Amino acid sequence: MPLLYVRYELLRTLRNRRFFLLSLGFPLVLYYVIVSPNRHVHDFDGSGISFPLYYMVGLASFGTMSAMLSCGARIAAERAVGWNRQLRITPLSPRTYFRVKVLTGYMMALISLLALYAAGASLGVSLAAGEWLKMTGLILVGLVPFAALGVLLGHMLTPDSIGPAMGGGISLLALLGGTWFPIGGGFLHDLAQFIPSYWLVQASHVALGGQPWPAKAWALTLAWTVVLGALAARAYRRDTGRV
Amino acid sequence: MSVGSRASELAGAPPEIQLRGLVKSFHSADGPIRAVRGIDVAISAGETVALLGPNGAGKSTTIDMLLGLLAPDAGTVSVFGHAPADAVARGAVGGMLQTGQLIRDLTVRELVAMMASLYPAPLGVDETLELAGVSEISAQRTNKLSGGQTQRVRLAVALVSDAELLVLDEPTVALDVEGRQAFWTTMRAFAARGKTIVFATHYLEEADAFADRAVLMAHGAIVADGPTNEIKAMVGTRTIRATLPTITVEELEALPGVSSAERRGEAAIMHCSDSDAAIRALLAAHPEARDIEINAAGLEQAFLALTGDGPGGGEAAGAGAATSLGEA
Repeated sequence: MPLLYVRYELLRTLRNRRFFLLSLGFPLVLYYVIVSPNRHVHDFDGSGISFPLYYMVGLASFGTMSAMLSCGARIAAERAVGWNRQLRITPLSPRTYFRVKVLTGYMMALISLLALYAAGASLGVSLAAGEWLKMTGLILVGLVPFAALGVLLGHMLTPDSIGPAMGGGISLLALLGGTWFPIGGGFLHDLAQFIPSYWLVQASHVALGGQPWPAKAWALTLAWTVVLGALAARAYRRDTGRV
Repeated sequence: MSVGSRASELAGAPPEIQLRGLVKSFHSADGPIRAVRGIDVAISAGETVALLGPNGAGKSTTIDMLLGLLAPDAGTVSVFGHAPADAVARGAVGGMLQTGQLIRDLTVRELVAMMASLYPAPLGVDETLELAGVSEISAQRTNKLSGGQTQRVRLAVALVSDAELLVLDEPTVALDVEGRQAFWTTMRAFAARGKTIVFATHYLEEADAFADRAVLMAHGAIVADGPTNEIKAMVGTRTIRATLPTITVEELEALPGVSSAERRGEAAIMHCSDSDAAIRALLAAHPEARDIEINAAGLEQAFLALTGDGPGGGEAAGAGAATSLGEA
Protein backbone atom coordinates (compact mmCIF):
# COMPACT_ATOMS: atom_id res chain seq x y z
CA MET A 1 0.00 0.00 0.00
CA PRO A 2 1.46 3.41 -0.91
CA LEU A 3 2.02 4.85 2.57
CA LEU A 4 2.34 8.48 1.56
CA TYR A 5 -0.94 8.21 -0.32
CA VAL A 6 -2.61 6.71 2.76
CA ARG A 7 -1.20 9.47 4.91
CA TYR A 8 -2.68 12.23 2.75
CA GLU A 9 -5.99 10.42 2.47
CA LEU A 10 -6.19 10.22 6.27
CA LEU A 11 -5.12 13.84 6.61
CA ARG A 12 -7.83 15.07 4.32
CA THR A 13 -10.44 12.94 6.03
CA LEU A 14 -9.42 14.42 9.39
CA ARG A 15 -9.87 17.91 7.93
CA ASN A 16 -13.46 17.16 7.01
CA ARG A 17 -15.79 19.06 9.31
CA ARG A 18 -18.83 16.94 8.58
CA PHE A 19 -17.11 13.96 10.14
CA PHE A 20 -16.52 15.76 13.41
CA LEU A 21 -20.13 16.85 13.52
CA LEU A 22 -21.84 13.60 12.59
CA SER A 23 -19.54 10.86 13.85
CA LEU A 24 -17.98 12.57 16.82
CA GLY A 25 -19.79 15.67 18.08
CA PHE A 26 -23.36 14.48 17.78
CA PRO A 27 -22.95 11.12 19.63
CA LEU A 28 -20.80 12.72 22.32
CA VAL A 29 -23.26 15.50 23.10
CA LEU A 30 -26.17 13.07 23.08
CA TYR A 31 -24.27 10.75 25.38
CA TYR A 32 -23.85 13.33 28.09
CA VAL A 33 -27.41 14.62 27.67
CA ILE A 34 -28.97 11.16 27.94
CA VAL A 35 -26.65 9.50 30.42
CA SER A 36 -25.79 12.25 32.92
CA PRO A 37 -29.18 12.13 34.73
CA ASN A 38 -29.19 8.30 34.72
CA ARG A 39 -25.57 7.53 35.41
CA HIS A 40 -26.36 5.43 38.47
CA VAL A 41 -28.86 3.08 36.81
CA HIS A 42 -27.15 -0.31 36.93
CA ASP A 43 -29.62 -2.43 35.04
CA PHE A 44 -31.03 -0.57 32.06
CA ASP A 45 -34.50 -1.78 31.09
CA GLY A 46 -33.81 -5.37 32.13
CA SER A 47 -30.79 -5.69 29.82
CA GLY A 48 -28.50 -6.37 32.76
CA ILE A 49 -26.22 -3.63 31.50
CA SER A 50 -25.60 -0.31 33.20
CA PHE A 51 -27.11 2.82 31.69
CA PRO A 52 -23.73 4.47 30.96
CA LEU A 53 -22.36 1.32 29.30
CA TYR A 54 -25.49 0.66 27.26
CA TYR A 55 -25.52 4.14 25.78
CA MET A 56 -21.78 4.25 25.36
CA VAL A 57 -21.97 1.28 23.00
CA GLY A 58 -25.33 2.36 21.58
CA LEU A 59 -24.01 5.76 20.57
CA ALA A 60 -20.70 4.22 19.49
CA SER A 61 -22.70 2.12 17.03
CA PHE A 62 -24.20 5.34 15.72
CA GLY A 63 -20.88 7.16 15.48
CA THR A 64 -18.96 4.27 13.94
CA MET A 65 -21.71 3.49 11.42
CA SER A 66 -21.62 7.15 10.38
CA ALA A 67 -17.83 7.03 10.11
CA MET A 68 -17.89 3.94 7.90
CA LEU A 69 -20.69 5.20 5.68
CA SER A 70 -19.05 8.59 5.27
CA CYS A 71 -16.51 6.65 3.18
CA GLY A 72 -19.35 6.36 0.72
CA ALA A 73 -20.01 10.08 0.86
CA ARG A 74 -16.37 10.73 0.01
CA ILE A 75 -16.47 8.28 -2.88
CA ALA A 76 -19.63 9.95 -4.21
CA ALA A 77 -18.01 13.37 -3.91
CA GLU A 78 -14.89 12.20 -5.74
CA ARG A 79 -16.97 10.68 -8.49
CA ALA A 80 -18.96 13.89 -8.86
CA VAL A 81 -15.83 15.98 -9.53
CA GLY A 82 -14.33 13.36 -11.85
CA TRP A 83 -11.52 12.50 -9.46
CA ASN A 84 -12.11 8.76 -9.72
CA ARG A 85 -11.38 9.03 -13.45
CA GLN A 86 -8.15 10.86 -12.65
CA LEU A 87 -7.19 8.08 -10.23
CA ARG A 88 -8.02 5.43 -12.80
CA ILE A 89 -5.25 6.79 -15.03
CA THR A 90 -2.68 6.41 -12.24
CA PRO A 91 -1.04 3.15 -11.12
CA LEU A 92 -3.36 3.06 -8.08
CA SER A 93 -5.37 -0.14 -8.41
CA PRO A 94 -9.10 -0.14 -7.63
CA ARG A 95 -8.38 -2.69 -4.90
CA THR A 96 -5.95 -0.36 -3.18
CA TYR A 97 -8.28 2.58 -3.66
CA PHE A 98 -11.03 0.76 -1.75
CA ARG A 99 -8.64 -0.57 0.88
CA VAL A 100 -7.50 2.94 1.63
CA LYS A 101 -11.08 4.20 1.74
CA VAL A 102 -12.07 1.44 4.18
CA LEU A 103 -8.96 2.08 6.23
CA THR A 104 -9.83 5.76 6.60
CA GLY A 105 -13.38 4.76 7.54
CA TYR A 106 -11.98 2.51 10.25
CA MET A 107 -9.67 5.22 11.50
CA MET A 108 -12.61 7.59 11.83
CA ALA A 109 -14.63 4.86 13.54
CA LEU A 110 -11.81 4.30 16.03
CA ILE A 111 -11.61 7.99 16.85
CA SER A 112 -15.35 8.06 17.42
CA LEU A 113 -15.14 4.90 19.52
CA LEU A 114 -12.29 6.14 21.69
CA ALA A 115 -14.04 9.46 22.28
CA LEU A 116 -17.15 7.62 23.48
CA TYR A 117 -15.06 5.28 25.64
CA ALA A 118 -13.54 8.33 27.31
CA ALA A 119 -17.00 9.83 27.79
CA GLY A 120 -18.25 6.49 29.17
CA ALA A 121 -15.35 6.22 31.59
CA SER A 122 -16.03 9.76 32.77
CA LEU A 123 -19.60 8.74 33.66
CA GLY A 124 -18.60 5.58 35.50
CA VAL A 125 -18.26 2.84 32.87
CA SER A 126 -15.74 0.40 34.22
CA LEU A 127 -14.69 -2.80 32.48
CA ALA A 128 -11.74 -5.16 32.73
CA ALA A 129 -9.03 -4.56 30.13
CA GLY A 130 -9.93 -7.82 28.39
CA GLU A 131 -13.57 -6.74 28.14
CA TRP A 132 -12.66 -3.38 26.60
CA LEU A 133 -10.55 -5.18 24.03
CA LYS A 134 -13.11 -7.85 23.25
CA MET A 135 -15.84 -5.23 22.88
CA THR A 136 -13.69 -3.14 20.56
CA GLY A 137 -12.83 -6.20 18.50
CA LEU A 138 -16.48 -7.13 18.09
CA ILE A 139 -17.43 -3.60 17.06
CA LEU A 140 -14.64 -3.51 14.47
CA VAL A 141 -15.78 -6.84 13.05
CA GLY A 142 -19.41 -5.72 13.16
CA LEU A 143 -18.48 -2.70 11.03
CA VAL A 144 -17.22 -4.74 8.08
CA PRO A 145 -20.65 -4.90 6.36
CA PHE A 146 -20.91 -1.13 6.76
CA ALA A 147 -17.63 -0.66 4.93
CA ALA A 148 -19.12 -2.56 1.98
CA LEU A 149 -22.36 -0.60 2.28
CA GLY A 150 -20.40 2.67 2.17
CA VAL A 151 -18.65 1.67 -1.06
CA LEU A 152 -21.97 0.53 -2.53
CA LEU A 153 -23.76 3.80 -1.70
CA GLY A 154 -20.77 5.82 -2.89
CA HIS A 155 -21.09 4.30 -6.36
CA MET A 156 -24.88 4.40 -6.50
CA LEU A 157 -25.68 7.86 -5.22
CA THR A 158 -24.74 11.46 -5.92
CA PRO A 159 -23.31 13.76 -3.24
CA ASP A 160 -26.71 15.48 -3.10
CA SER A 161 -28.66 12.34 -2.37
CA ILE A 162 -26.15 10.51 -0.21
CA GLY A 163 -26.53 12.89 2.74
CA PRO A 164 -30.26 12.27 3.25
CA ALA A 165 -29.86 8.57 2.38
CA MET A 166 -27.14 8.18 4.99
CA GLY A 167 -28.99 10.21 7.60
CA GLY A 168 -32.18 8.21 7.17
CA GLY A 169 -30.41 4.89 6.83
CA ILE A 170 -28.27 5.35 9.92
CA SER A 171 -31.26 6.53 11.99
CA LEU A 172 -33.27 3.47 11.00
CA LEU A 173 -30.37 1.07 11.53
CA ALA A 174 -29.66 2.67 14.90
CA LEU A 175 -33.31 2.49 15.98
CA LEU A 176 -33.76 -1.15 14.94
CA GLY A 177 -30.33 -2.07 16.23
CA GLY A 178 -31.13 -0.85 19.73
CA THR A 179 -29.03 2.30 19.90
CA TRP A 180 -31.76 4.15 21.77
CA PHE A 181 -33.31 1.39 23.85
CA PRO A 182 -32.93 -2.36 24.17
CA ILE A 183 -34.97 -4.28 21.62
CA GLY A 184 -37.28 -6.45 23.73
CA GLY A 185 -38.98 -9.67 22.69
CA GLY A 186 -41.52 -10.17 19.91
CA PHE A 187 -41.41 -9.37 16.22
CA LEU A 188 -39.05 -6.42 16.55
CA HIS A 189 -36.51 -8.57 18.35
CA ASP A 190 -36.76 -11.31 15.71
CA LEU A 191 -36.28 -8.71 12.98
CA ALA A 192 -33.43 -6.93 14.75
CA GLN A 193 -31.35 -10.12 14.81
CA PHE A 194 -31.03 -9.86 11.03
CA ILE A 195 -29.73 -6.31 11.12
CA PRO A 196 -25.98 -5.86 11.39
CA SER A 197 -26.27 -2.78 13.62
CA TYR A 198 -28.04 -4.90 16.26
CA TRP A 199 -24.87 -6.90 16.77
CA LEU A 200 -22.79 -3.75 17.10
CA VAL A 201 -24.92 -2.74 20.07
CA GLN A 202 -24.78 -6.29 21.46
CA ALA A 203 -21.02 -5.89 21.84
CA SER A 204 -21.79 -4.22 25.18
CA HIS A 205 -22.81 -7.66 26.45
CA VAL A 206 -19.16 -8.34 27.18
CA ALA A 207 -20.00 -6.88 30.60
CA LEU A 208 -22.32 -9.83 31.28
CA GLY A 209 -19.50 -12.36 30.88
CA GLY A 210 -19.69 -15.30 28.49
CA GLN A 211 -19.81 -14.84 24.75
CA PRO A 212 -21.61 -11.62 23.72
CA TRP A 213 -21.93 -12.80 20.12
CA PRO A 214 -23.65 -16.13 19.39
CA ALA A 215 -22.72 -18.04 16.25
CA LYS A 216 -25.57 -16.46 14.35
CA ALA A 217 -24.07 -13.00 14.92
CA TRP A 218 -20.90 -14.08 13.14
CA ALA A 219 -22.87 -15.78 10.38
CA LEU A 220 -25.09 -12.77 9.85
CA THR A 221 -22.16 -10.35 9.75
CA LEU A 222 -20.43 -12.57 7.23
CA ALA A 223 -23.58 -12.90 5.11
CA TRP A 224 -24.14 -9.14 5.00
CA THR A 225 -20.49 -8.59 4.12
CA VAL A 226 -20.64 -11.05 1.24
CA VAL A 227 -23.92 -9.68 -0.16
CA LEU A 228 -23.05 -6.01 0.22
CA GLY A 229 -19.53 -6.63 -1.03
CA ALA A 230 -20.83 -8.30 -4.18
CA LEU A 231 -23.31 -5.47 -4.75
CA ALA A 232 -20.56 -2.90 -4.19
CA ALA A 233 -18.29 -4.64 -6.70
CA ARG A 234 -21.12 -4.68 -9.21
CA ALA A 235 -21.89 -1.00 -8.63
CA TYR A 236 -18.22 -0.19 -9.15
CA ARG A 237 -18.01 -2.12 -12.40
CA ARG A 238 -21.19 -0.57 -13.69
CA ASP A 239 -20.00 2.89 -12.71
CA THR A 240 -16.70 2.52 -14.53
CA GLY A 241 -18.10 0.77 -17.59
CA ARG A 242 -16.17 -2.41 -16.86
CA VAL A 243 -19.21 -4.67 -17.07
CA MET B 1 1.43 5.47 -46.36
CA SER B 2 0.42 7.24 -43.22
CA VAL B 3 2.54 9.91 -41.67
CA GLY B 4 2.73 7.99 -38.44
CA SER B 5 4.57 5.10 -40.04
CA ARG B 6 6.71 7.53 -42.00
CA ALA B 7 7.74 9.25 -38.80
CA SER B 8 8.51 5.94 -37.19
CA GLU B 9 10.67 4.96 -40.12
CA LEU B 10 12.53 8.17 -39.63
CA ALA B 11 12.99 7.32 -35.99
CA GLY B 12 14.00 3.80 -36.95
CA ALA B 13 11.64 2.29 -34.39
CA PRO B 14 8.19 0.74 -34.50
CA PRO B 15 5.33 3.00 -33.39
CA GLU B 16 5.13 3.00 -29.59
CA ILE B 17 1.45 3.83 -29.47
CA GLN B 18 -0.99 2.24 -31.84
CA LEU B 19 -4.71 2.64 -32.23
CA ARG B 20 -6.03 0.10 -34.69
CA GLY B 21 -9.53 0.01 -36.13
CA LEU B 22 -11.07 1.66 -33.08
CA VAL B 23 -14.85 1.79 -32.98
CA LYS B 24 -17.04 3.06 -30.16
CA SER B 25 -20.76 3.73 -30.04
CA PHE B 26 -22.92 5.00 -27.22
CA HIS B 27 -26.57 4.40 -26.61
CA SER B 28 -28.87 7.37 -26.46
CA ALA B 29 -32.59 7.97 -26.51
CA ASP B 30 -32.35 8.66 -30.26
CA GLY B 31 -30.54 5.41 -30.98
CA PRO B 32 -26.83 4.65 -31.02
CA ILE B 33 -24.34 7.47 -31.39
CA ARG B 34 -21.31 6.35 -33.34
CA ALA B 35 -18.70 8.41 -31.56
CA VAL B 36 -15.65 6.79 -33.16
CA ARG B 37 -16.01 5.00 -36.49
CA GLY B 38 -12.86 3.06 -37.12
CA ILE B 39 -9.67 5.03 -36.68
CA ASP B 40 -6.02 4.07 -37.05
CA VAL B 41 -3.23 6.14 -35.56
CA ALA B 42 0.39 5.21 -34.95
CA ILE B 43 2.53 7.45 -32.78
CA SER B 44 6.28 7.18 -32.27
CA ALA B 45 8.11 7.87 -29.03
CA GLY B 46 8.91 11.53 -28.57
CA GLU B 47 6.26 12.79 -30.97
CA THR B 48 3.89 15.56 -29.98
CA VAL B 49 0.58 14.92 -31.66
CA ALA B 50 -2.52 17.11 -31.67
CA LEU B 51 -5.88 15.45 -32.02
CA LEU B 52 -7.62 18.30 -33.74
CA GLY B 53 -11.30 18.60 -34.41
CA PRO B 54 -14.52 20.42 -33.59
CA ASN B 55 -16.66 19.45 -30.62
CA GLY B 56 -18.30 16.10 -31.15
CA ALA B 57 -15.56 14.84 -33.46
CA GLY B 58 -14.81 11.89 -31.19
CA LYS B 59 -11.58 13.22 -29.68
CA SER B 60 -12.50 12.63 -26.04
CA THR B 61 -13.83 9.15 -26.78
CA THR B 62 -10.56 8.33 -28.55
CA ILE B 63 -8.55 9.65 -25.62
CA ASP B 64 -10.64 7.67 -23.13
CA MET B 65 -9.89 4.51 -25.11
CA LEU B 66 -6.20 5.41 -25.31
CA LEU B 67 -6.15 5.75 -21.52
CA GLY B 68 -8.13 2.57 -20.91
CA LEU B 69 -11.05 4.46 -19.37
CA LEU B 70 -13.35 3.13 -22.09
CA ALA B 71 -13.30 -0.26 -23.77
CA PRO B 72 -13.58 -0.03 -27.57
CA ASP B 73 -16.42 -1.91 -29.30
CA ALA B 74 -13.87 -3.04 -31.87
CA GLY B 75 -10.20 -2.49 -32.50
CA THR B 76 -7.16 -2.47 -30.26
CA VAL B 77 -5.01 0.01 -28.41
CA SER B 78 -1.37 -0.66 -27.67
CA VAL B 79 0.68 1.67 -25.46
CA PHE B 80 4.39 0.80 -25.38
CA GLY B 81 3.45 -2.76 -26.26
CA HIS B 82 0.86 -3.10 -23.48
CA ALA B 83 -2.87 -2.81 -23.13
CA PRO B 84 -3.73 0.71 -21.89
CA ALA B 85 -4.68 -0.48 -18.38
CA ASP B 86 -1.34 -2.28 -18.03
CA ALA B 87 0.60 0.74 -19.29
CA VAL B 88 -1.29 2.89 -16.78
CA ALA B 89 -0.58 0.40 -13.97
CA ARG B 90 3.14 0.54 -14.81
CA GLY B 91 3.12 4.31 -14.45
CA ALA B 92 3.93 4.87 -18.11
CA VAL B 93 0.98 7.19 -18.68
CA GLY B 94 0.07 10.55 -17.22
CA GLY B 95 -3.09 12.38 -18.10
CA MET B 96 -5.22 15.43 -17.75
CA LEU B 97 -8.86 14.79 -18.54
CA GLN B 98 -11.21 17.27 -20.09
CA THR B 99 -13.52 17.69 -17.14
CA GLY B 100 -12.79 17.36 -13.50
CA GLN B 101 -12.00 19.28 -10.38
CA LEU B 102 -9.68 18.60 -7.52
CA ILE B 103 -10.43 16.78 -4.30
CA ARG B 104 -10.75 19.10 -1.33
CA ASP B 105 -9.16 19.38 2.12
CA LEU B 106 -5.56 19.30 0.90
CA THR B 107 -3.12 22.01 -0.07
CA VAL B 108 -1.85 22.16 -3.63
CA ARG B 109 1.54 20.81 -2.53
CA GLU B 110 -0.05 17.98 -0.54
CA LEU B 111 -2.22 16.97 -3.47
CA VAL B 112 0.72 16.89 -5.88
CA ALA B 113 2.81 14.92 -3.34
CA MET B 114 -0.10 12.50 -2.84
CA MET B 115 -0.32 11.83 -6.57
CA ALA B 116 3.46 11.61 -6.91
CA SER B 117 3.44 8.77 -4.37
CA LEU B 118 1.47 6.61 -6.81
CA TYR B 119 4.15 6.61 -9.54
CA PRO B 120 7.32 4.52 -9.64
CA ALA B 121 9.59 7.39 -10.74
CA PRO B 122 7.79 10.69 -10.26
CA LEU B 123 9.11 14.16 -10.87
CA GLY B 124 10.11 16.05 -7.71
CA VAL B 125 7.19 17.86 -6.09
CA ASP B 126 8.96 21.24 -6.05
CA GLU B 127 10.08 20.82 -9.63
CA THR B 128 6.53 19.96 -10.68
CA LEU B 129 5.02 22.94 -8.85
CA GLU B 130 7.60 25.17 -10.53
CA LEU B 131 7.03 23.66 -13.96
CA ALA B 132 3.26 24.04 -13.72
CA GLY B 133 3.58 27.57 -12.38
CA VAL B 134 1.80 26.88 -9.10
CA SER B 135 4.68 27.38 -6.64
CA GLU B 136 3.12 30.57 -5.28
CA ILE B 137 -0.17 28.89 -4.48
CA SER B 138 1.32 25.63 -3.18
CA ALA B 139 0.14 26.29 0.40
CA GLN B 140 -3.44 27.05 -0.62
CA ARG B 141 -6.26 24.58 -0.17
CA THR B 142 -7.43 23.02 -3.41
CA ASN B 143 -11.02 24.16 -2.82
CA LYS B 144 -9.96 27.83 -2.65
CA LEU B 145 -8.53 28.14 -6.17
CA SER B 146 -9.77 30.04 -9.22
CA GLY B 147 -10.70 28.15 -12.38
CA GLY B 148 -7.37 28.94 -14.04
CA GLN B 149 -5.40 27.93 -10.94
CA THR B 150 -7.34 24.68 -10.70
CA GLN B 151 -6.47 23.92 -14.29
CA ARG B 152 -2.78 24.51 -13.64
CA VAL B 153 -2.86 22.26 -10.58
CA ARG B 154 -4.55 19.58 -12.67
CA LEU B 155 -1.66 19.93 -15.09
CA ALA B 156 0.77 19.55 -12.17
CA VAL B 157 -1.03 16.34 -11.19
CA ALA B 158 -0.49 15.03 -14.73
CA LEU B 159 3.15 16.20 -14.96
CA VAL B 160 4.26 14.78 -11.62
CA SER B 161 3.89 11.29 -13.09
CA ASP B 162 6.93 12.04 -15.31
CA ALA B 163 5.33 9.39 -17.51
CA GLU B 164 6.65 8.53 -20.96
CA LEU B 165 3.25 9.29 -22.48
CA LEU B 166 1.31 12.35 -21.46
CA VAL B 167 -2.29 12.63 -22.65
CA LEU B 168 -4.20 15.89 -22.37
CA ASP B 169 -7.84 16.30 -23.30
CA GLU B 170 -8.66 19.91 -24.22
CA PRO B 171 -6.29 21.11 -21.51
CA THR B 172 -6.61 24.86 -22.12
CA VAL B 173 -10.36 25.10 -22.47
CA ALA B 174 -10.83 26.91 -19.14
CA LEU B 175 -7.85 29.23 -19.56
CA ASP B 176 -7.58 32.81 -20.78
CA VAL B 177 -5.07 33.84 -23.42
CA GLU B 178 -2.24 34.44 -20.95
CA GLY B 179 -3.00 31.20 -19.17
CA ARG B 180 -2.87 29.39 -22.47
CA GLN B 181 0.55 30.77 -23.31
CA ALA B 182 1.89 29.86 -19.87
CA PHE B 183 0.42 26.40 -20.27
CA TRP B 184 2.16 25.71 -23.57
CA THR B 185 5.42 27.12 -22.29
CA THR B 186 5.22 24.49 -19.54
CA MET B 187 4.39 21.79 -22.04
CA ARG B 188 7.34 22.71 -24.24
CA ALA B 189 9.63 22.26 -21.26
CA PHE B 190 8.08 18.86 -20.59
CA ALA B 191 8.27 17.77 -24.23
CA ALA B 192 11.94 18.73 -24.26
CA ARG B 193 12.49 15.82 -21.85
CA GLY B 194 11.77 13.47 -24.75
CA LYS B 195 8.25 12.61 -23.71
CA THR B 196 5.47 11.56 -26.04
CA ILE B 197 2.54 13.95 -25.84
CA VAL B 198 -0.93 13.50 -27.26
CA PHE B 199 -3.42 16.29 -26.77
CA ALA B 200 -6.91 17.02 -28.01
CA THR B 201 -7.83 20.53 -28.99
CA HIS B 202 -10.23 22.42 -31.15
CA TYR B 203 -7.84 25.34 -31.56
CA LEU B 204 -5.87 25.14 -34.79
CA GLU B 205 -3.43 27.71 -33.39
CA GLU B 206 -2.58 25.44 -30.48
CA ALA B 207 -1.94 22.48 -32.71
CA ASP B 208 0.15 24.68 -35.01
CA ALA B 209 2.18 26.27 -32.24
CA PHE B 210 2.87 23.16 -30.24
CA ALA B 211 2.43 19.88 -32.10
CA ASP B 212 4.74 18.26 -34.66
CA ARG B 213 1.82 16.54 -36.17
CA ALA B 214 -1.93 16.95 -36.26
CA VAL B 215 -4.56 14.26 -36.64
CA LEU B 216 -7.78 15.84 -37.85
CA MET B 217 -10.97 14.23 -36.69
CA ALA B 218 -14.53 14.87 -37.76
CA HIS B 219 -17.64 12.81 -37.11
CA GLY B 220 -15.65 10.09 -35.42
CA ALA B 221 -13.21 9.53 -38.28
CA ILE B 222 -9.78 10.79 -39.23
CA VAL B 223 -9.98 13.18 -42.16
CA ALA B 224 -6.31 14.09 -42.34
CA ASP B 225 -3.07 13.22 -40.60
CA GLY B 226 0.19 15.03 -41.18
CA PRO B 227 2.73 17.65 -40.11
CA THR B 228 0.96 20.62 -38.57
CA ASN B 229 2.13 23.10 -41.17
CA GLU B 230 0.54 21.01 -43.90
CA ILE B 231 -2.63 20.62 -41.90
CA LYS B 232 -2.68 24.34 -41.29
CA ALA B 233 -2.40 25.03 -45.00
CA MET B 234 -5.32 22.68 -45.55
CA VAL B 235 -7.69 24.04 -42.97
CA GLY B 236 -6.23 27.40 -42.07
CA THR B 237 -7.66 29.24 -45.07
CA ARG B 238 -8.90 32.79 -44.79
CA THR B 239 -11.68 34.43 -46.70
CA ILE B 240 -11.55 38.00 -47.98
CA ARG B 241 -14.85 39.67 -48.69
CA ALA B 242 -15.07 43.09 -50.30
CA THR B 243 -17.67 45.23 -52.01
CA LEU B 244 -16.29 45.50 -55.53
CA PRO B 245 -18.98 45.42 -58.24
CA THR B 246 -16.71 45.65 -61.27
CA ILE B 247 -14.29 42.73 -60.87
CA THR B 248 -14.81 39.30 -62.44
CA VAL B 249 -14.28 35.92 -60.84
CA GLU B 250 -11.42 35.24 -63.28
CA GLU B 251 -9.64 38.44 -62.21
CA LEU B 252 -10.10 37.53 -58.57
CA GLU B 253 -8.70 34.04 -59.03
CA ALA B 254 -5.70 35.47 -60.83
CA LEU B 255 -4.64 37.38 -57.72
CA PRO B 256 -1.70 35.89 -55.78
CA GLY B 257 -2.68 33.84 -52.74
CA VAL B 258 -6.25 33.27 -53.91
CA SER B 259 -7.22 29.66 -54.39
CA SER B 260 -10.84 30.21 -55.43
CA ALA B 261 -13.28 33.06 -55.71
CA GLU B 262 -16.95 33.78 -56.20
CA ARG B 263 -19.33 36.70 -56.56
CA ARG B 264 -22.43 37.36 -54.50
CA GLY B 265 -24.19 40.42 -55.82
CA GLU B 266 -21.81 43.33 -55.38
CA ALA B 267 -19.56 41.35 -53.05
CA ALA B 268 -16.42 39.59 -54.18
CA ILE B 269 -15.37 36.62 -52.07
CA MET B 270 -11.89 35.13 -52.21
CA HIS B 271 -10.79 31.96 -50.46
CA CYS B 272 -7.10 32.43 -49.82
CA SER B 273 -4.12 30.27 -49.07
CA ASP B 274 -2.19 33.50 -48.41
CA SER B 275 -4.59 36.29 -47.51
CA ASP B 276 -1.78 38.80 -46.88
CA ALA B 277 -0.52 38.57 -50.46
CA ALA B 278 -4.06 38.56 -51.80
CA ILE B 279 -5.21 41.69 -49.99
CA ARG B 280 -2.09 43.65 -51.00
CA ALA B 281 -2.55 42.71 -54.64
CA LEU B 282 -6.27 43.40 -54.50
CA LEU B 283 -5.86 46.90 -53.08
CA ALA B 284 -3.02 47.74 -55.45
CA ALA B 285 -5.16 46.82 -58.45
CA HIS B 286 -8.53 47.97 -57.06
CA PRO B 287 -8.15 50.77 -54.52
CA GLU B 288 -11.91 51.37 -54.78
CA ALA B 289 -12.64 48.12 -52.88
CA ARG B 290 -14.54 48.83 -49.65
CA ASP B 291 -16.25 47.05 -46.71
CA ILE B 292 -13.32 44.67 -46.60
CA GLU B 293 -13.53 41.74 -44.18
CA ILE B 294 -10.93 39.05 -43.66
CA ASN B 295 -12.07 35.97 -41.76
CA ALA B 296 -10.30 32.82 -40.71
CA ALA B 297 -12.39 29.81 -41.65
CA GLY B 298 -13.52 27.96 -38.57
CA LEU B 299 -12.37 24.41 -38.10
CA GLU B 300 -15.91 23.23 -38.51
CA GLN B 301 -16.10 24.83 -41.97
CA ALA B 302 -12.70 23.50 -42.89
CA PHE B 303 -13.75 20.02 -41.90
CA LEU B 304 -16.95 20.27 -43.86
CA ALA B 305 -14.87 21.24 -46.86
CA LEU B 306 -12.51 18.32 -46.28
CA THR B 307 -15.15 15.71 -45.70
CA GLY B 308 -17.37 17.12 -48.40
CA ASP B 309 -20.57 16.76 -46.41
CA GLY B 310 -22.45 18.08 -43.47
CA PRO B 311 -22.87 16.68 -39.93
CA GLY B 312 -25.50 13.93 -40.40
CA GLY B 313 -24.11 12.43 -43.60
CA GLY B 314 -21.37 10.76 -41.70
CA GLU B 315 -20.80 7.73 -43.89
CA ALA B 316 -18.67 9.61 -46.39
CA ALA B 317 -16.55 10.79 -43.47
CA GLY B 318 -15.47 7.26 -42.75
CA ALA B 319 -11.90 6.15 -42.53
CA GLY B 320 -11.79 5.63 -46.27
CA ALA B 321 -12.07 9.34 -46.85
CA ALA B 322 -8.94 10.08 -44.84
CA THR B 323 -6.43 12.19 -46.64
CA SER B 324 -2.87 11.10 -46.24
CA LEU B 325 -0.62 14.08 -46.39
CA GLY B 326 2.37 11.82 -46.44
CA GLU B 327 1.63 11.20 -50.09
CA ALA B 328 0.24 14.58 -50.97
